[in-house]
Amino acid sequence: MLEGLLFIIIGLITIVCALCVVFQKNPIYSAIFLIQTMVSLAVLYVLLHAPFIAAAQIMIYAGAVMVLFVFVIMLLNLSKEDVEGGKDKLMFQKASAILLGLILFVVIGVVTLKTVLLGTKGEYTPESINEIGNTQLVGKLLFTDYVLPFEIASILLFAAILGAIVLAKKKL
Amino acid sequence: MPNILETSFLDLIAYVLLFPLAGAIINGLIGKRLSKSLVGIIGCAAIGLAFLVSILVFIDLLKLSPEHRLFEKEFFTWIGSGSFLAIAGLQVDPLSMVMILVVTGVGFLIHVYSLGYMHDDEGFYRYFTYLNLFTFSMLLLVLANNFLLMFIGWEGVGLCSYLLIGYWFEKKSASAAGMKAFIVNRVGDFGFILAIMLIFVTFNTIDFTEVFNAAPEHLQVGSLVVTMITLLLFVGAVGKSAQIPLYTWLPDAMEGPTPVSALIHAATMVTAGVYMVVRCNVLFTLAPFSLTVVAIIGGATALFAATIGLAQNDIKRVLAYSTVSQIGYMFLACGVGGFATGIFHLVTHAFFKALLFLGSGSVIHSLGGEQDMRKMGGLRRHLPITYKTFLIGTLAIAGIPPFAGFFSKDEILLEAFTRGNLIFWGLGAFAALITSFYMFRLLFMTFHGKSNMDKHVEEHVHESPINMLLPLIILAFLSVVGGFLGFPAASAINSFLAPVIGSGVHHAVDGGEVHHVSNNLMFSMMGISTGIALVGIFLAYFMYIKNPDLPAKIVGKFKLVYKIVYNKYYVDEIYDATIVKPTIKSSFFLWRVVDAKVIDGFVNGVGRLVELKSEVLKLFQTGYVRNYALSMLLGGVIIIVCALMFL
Amino acid sequence: MIPLSWYLILAGMLFTIGVVGVLTRRNAIVIFMCIELMLNAVNLTFVAFSHYLDSMDGQIFVFFIMTVAAAEAAVGLAIIVAIFRNKATVNVDDINLMKW
Repeated sequence: MLEGLLFIIIGLITIVCALCVVFQKNPIYSAIFLIQTMVSLAVLYVLLHAPFIAAAQIMIYAGAVMVLFVFVIMLLNLSKEDVEGGKDKLMFQKASAILLGLILFVVIGVVTLKTVLLGTKGEYTPESINEIGNTQLVGKLLFTDYVLPFEIASILLFAAILGAIVLAKKKL
Repeated sequence: MPNILETSFLDLIAYVLLFPLAGAIINGLIGKRLSKSLVGIIGCAAIGLAFLVSILVFIDLLKLSPEHRLFEKEFFTWIGSGSFLAIAGLQVDPLSMVMILVVTGVGFLIHVYSLGYMHDDEGFYRYFTYLNLFTFSMLLLVLANNFLLMFIGWEGVGLCSYLLIGYWFEKKSASAAGMKAFIVNRVGDFGFILAIMLIFVTFNTIDFTEVFNAAPEHLQVGSLVVTMITLLLFVGAVGKSAQIPLYTWLPDAMEGPTPVSALIHAATMVTAGVYMVVRCNVLFTLAPFSLTVVAIIGGATALFAATIGLAQNDIKRVLAYSTVSQIGYMFLACGVGGFATGIFHLVTHAFFKALLFLGSGSVIHSLGGEQDMRKMGGLRRHLPITYKTFLIGTLAIAGIPPFAGFFSKDEILLEAFTRGNLIFWGLGAFAALITSFYMFRLLFMTFHGKSNMDKHVEEHVHESPINMLLPLIILAFLSVVGGFLGFPAASAINSFLAPVIGSGVHHAVDGGEVHHVSNNLMFSMMGISTGIALVGIFLAYFMYIKNPDLPAKIVGKFKLVYKIVYNKYYVDEIYDATIVKPTIKSSFFLWRVVDAKVIDGFVNGVGRLVELKSEVLKLFQTGYVRNYALSMLLGGVIIIVCALMFL
Repeated sequence: MIPLSWYLILAGMLFTIGVVGVLTRRNAIVIFMCIELMLNAVNLTFVAFSHYLDSMDGQIFVFFIMTVAAAEAAVGLAIIVAIFRNKATVNVDDINLMKW
């Protein structure tokens, strides 16, 4: 019961913040609201017995990615009139986007509620996870079953670093 | 070793066709580089050899008994489509035999004549090519063993007629005349084609032997089918043989060289219609109505054309109308059932009409191109041989015994009187009177009386060279003795042609069986015919030798009548106004409105439509990323919804 | 226990809001932020399933998604900076060299 109440409150916060991200004129405000969305999502992860993911979310997303966003916004020195000030050149874009979005949501809802959600149950029940420890388990799996994606992800990050540096330099 | 003598000459029948064709191909392809004499030799030799082969075939044909005188030789299947079978085959029987002898014989003489007449012409090789090609087509026409092959020959002679009439194509009137001949022929050919189709639908075959054997059992006398077939066939004959109403091309065809007029428009091509009617006599005798139509048109044309010939002043025009008239006689004969008599007149007409044309060619040649009779006169002294042969020809056509024309024309009148009725005889007799009159008018105006020639023409007038006179002499000889082929009561030609005519018909008009008439009637008819001819000669003598001013006075008195007759009853003008001009106007309409506006508009419209559609579709490519993203989302939503609904 | 469908609907809502944001906003950086929002919605779905199916695969996958999202954000923002240097604008509508 407590869980249910908690979920509803956190859910509401998440939705409101997401709406604000989309409909705020000032990009800095959008960024702040996005940070808040991510924090509430981290709470939800904890509710779902995934503390490691929650910690990673806050560290990576809210800590690194959003900081990067804020830096860039400040670097470009945009004010709210610069971009979003003028009238939208495309007439029906906003209306049709919202309409389509509603349709999409309805469809997702229908799918979710109609289908019988089944899947093969795995072997890591919450109790067994608690025995080993969530983080430890994640680490163990990363280095045994999923070692190949792990290594490739490191190469990916390496490429991303190089790419970002090259693209943003003034002079090579 | 095969015995050559055992091979029947009948098997050589193909060579009758191949020699003229080879001559045409050789002269056509390399004639330009050969000398004129070589071209002439090739052209004449081709026909000469064909004539020799025809004689050999004739000898072998006579060896067969009369009932079995039918030799067919098939070469290859030309069209085999479903149940329609058209074979390239030749048929030798008495009728085709007579025709190929006439065509190759008279043709050979005319080829020799052309050596002299066309000597100074530039397109010498072209002339002989066309002439050989024409002979080939004509021979194919008469030797074919089925309707479709005959039609090929039919079209071929029409084509060569066009080429030869328009031989001097730089002259506008000549090329116009050529086109006129071809187009008017086409009208007749249309009827012929319909007849062939109708025959195939009725009999499921187009082979002569099969059709004529099947006809008496298959069709009732006077039924609609056989009447339609024969009427349509006759339409073709009317076009090709220049009868009313499709005769207007023949007088204009005189624009061609004179030997061409002699060969094509006197002796051979125009008789193709008569040949066709006689070939299909089995069908015609089953349709009494068609026979009456044939007789009426034949008789009316004979009289009508004769009256026009009265007032013409161009020597060749008179002869042209005379040809139309004489062919009318042939059709008159066929129409009353005397098919063999029609062929007999065809043969004698070939002799004396070719003679008359060649003689007039000799006159024109010696006068340096003058064709108006009012500018001739007194040529008897200058051109003695031409005059004598021409006189023989004129006597023959007028019907004076014992020349050829007498026997054939008299027999026609006899048949018209006994088998037809008095009206037919009257038409023929009156036309005979006028024929004799205008032919002797021509003779007197050209050769007798005082000379009306231009001074410088008169200085150069000379007798023609021997290669032009020799054919004249030979034809004159034939015009004298040719009549005895059909000497009454012992008619060789009638009995020769009997197997082809009237086989198996019991209850229709009598076929070619020799009609027994009383001797009294025969001799009295002979006397009347001769009398009529003599009256005509006397009238002409009276008006052109005795009282030369009389014609002018008569013209003055009957100004309007003369005007109408002189202008050929304005038939050409009537055709022009009622048929030609509306056709031109409607084609103009079809061009300007239907083709340019409707059809082009439709095609262009399709293009415009595509253009408009693409203008609309172009609007989707805005260049804005957000629009593209929106359409991506739209697509995704649609796919999900569809997947949901159908899974 | 909270039913799984609640989590999924929540994730769906977040995703939809992200989509609308991408289509509606003109500022390139804000569009990027909405894309991050969509990624987060997916992450939530994965973790929810992982919990309800007693499996760890979902969490591992979320780990990798975060890695990739971080890399992508870095490179994307570098590109926007480069464009800003050339065209002095981050309005998506003005970046239309490919338009005819």
